[in-house]
Amino acid sequence: MTAHATSPTSGTPATPATPAAPPSVAATALALGDDALVLSHRLGEWAGHAPVLEEEVALANIALDLLGQARVLLSLVGDEDELAYLREERAFRNVQLVEQPNGDFAHTIARQLYFSTYQHLLYERLAASDGPLTGLAAKAVKEVAYHRDHAEQWTVRLGDGTPESHDRMQRACDALWRHTGEMFQPINGTADTDSTDGTSGIDVDWPEMEASWTASVTAVLDRATLKVPEGPRTGAWSAGAGRQGLHTEPFGRMLAEMQHLHRSHPGATW
Amino acid sequence: MVTKTPRATPQAQPTASPQDAAGRTETPLEAELRRLAGSVPDPELPVLTLAELGVLRSVRCLTPSSVEVELTPTYTGCPAVEAMATDIERVLHDHGMADVTVRRVLTPAWTTDDITDEGRRRLREFGIAPPRAVRTDQGPVPVTLSPTRTTAPARTATEPDTAAATLLGAPEPGDAPLRCPHCGSTDTELLSRFSSTACKALRRCLDCREPFDHFKEL
Repeated sequence: MTAHATSPTSGTPATPATPAAPPSVAATALALGDDALVLSHRLGEWAGHAPVLEEEVALANIALDLLGQARVLLSLVGDEDELAYLREERAFRNVQLVEQPNGDFAHTIARQLYFSTYQHLLYERLAASDGPLTGLAAKAVKEVAYHRDHAEQWTVRLGDGTPESHDRMQRACDALWRHTGEMFQPINGTADTDSTDGTSGIDVDWPEMEASWTASVTAVLDRATLKVPEGPRTGAWSAGAGRQGLHTEPFGRMLAEMQHLHRSHPGATW
Repeated sequence: MVTKTPRATPQAQPTASPQDAAGRTETPLEAELRRLAGSVPDPELPVLTLAELGVLRSVRCLTPSSVEVELTPTYTGCPAVEAMATDIERVLHDHGMADVTVRRVLTPAWTTDDITDEGRRRLREFGIAPPRAVRTDQGPVPVTLSPTRTTAPARTATEPDTAAATLLGAPEPGDAPLRCPHCGSTDTELLSRFSSTACKALRRCLDCREPFDHFKEL
């Protein structure tokens, strides 16, 4: 069980029709699946709007990789379509970072840098462990390596570019910084956990991973002549709020767009 | 080019089929079905068959008329998997299997090393630079930052073109240089890390000036 039984709609993960995963792993699969799904949708919003064609294609390809990962992860929890299209905002368990609006290209790159570094480190660790997510992680870590590379290269290119690109990249890094702390809150390690051992079904040393993340991001920002942002790494209202179903204002609008077609035409197929 | 439905082959008799269970040696029928399924062309890269792409994992007969096929995706989100599954089902149905199940498996993860030599040759012929061998350890690890310009080889005067042609920042696949599939030059530059599909990058040859796709190492 993840949290308070929120959504009135079907398909809430409160009682996962778990094909193979024990509840704690289902909660982790849900959290990571939601991360991938939501970021995939955000990146998809660039289609038709990216600054150059190559980037349009790149962002769409990254979105596609994430969508594939989301499908595998959510399928461990229940029906992937019901989970994606019929849950209310409060039932999503993604970190708030991934739901942040695209902003300008620099914002999207900063979000990619922060998240793909996190995701890459996490999948590396899951791939090396032995659990129900190992297979997916071993596969996805190779894909995410390219996402991370893409984000790092662009961070350097924009940060160490023109004064204008430098300023905008710095602003983007600063603006999203406060959302980066929550990524390292142990998943399901909150008060609502029902696993008696207090674990998330995965074996990750979060503080160690956070240290790796910070070192990596710092190195990239240094190389990009950007300052490592200062200030708290979590929102003033709550730490780890996304994993508990609390989301920022733009998320509701994103979901409305993402779910509108399915909800308007239930059961429609091509 | 591969014909879509390779129907020529006479039926390998389903006589010896359901005896395996534990021993797991492939029966003649299974071998035949695997050959058929493997000869299905990749929907996105029709110059390659599924066998050459290395995505067909196993073919197992459950009864003389039902078969289970294991297929692994190149990328987790590869949308071609569904088309592959449909094509496999059709070919095996045509071969008299009433019940065909195609299962998607993720483990062990597909790697570009699974593409056969013949597959690589066909890719090159088609104008796509084939992937180089992937390192044996954990696979692609990014992290090394490269110059901000996306021109590829950071050449130093001392080294000729072998080590020079490694991709920027992207996984460093050991030894072999990346060659333009048109003229064979190793002097190429990266235009975009992602191209028409997730599995390819877009590059340009600095000698013949032709742009080309490169099947990325994975």
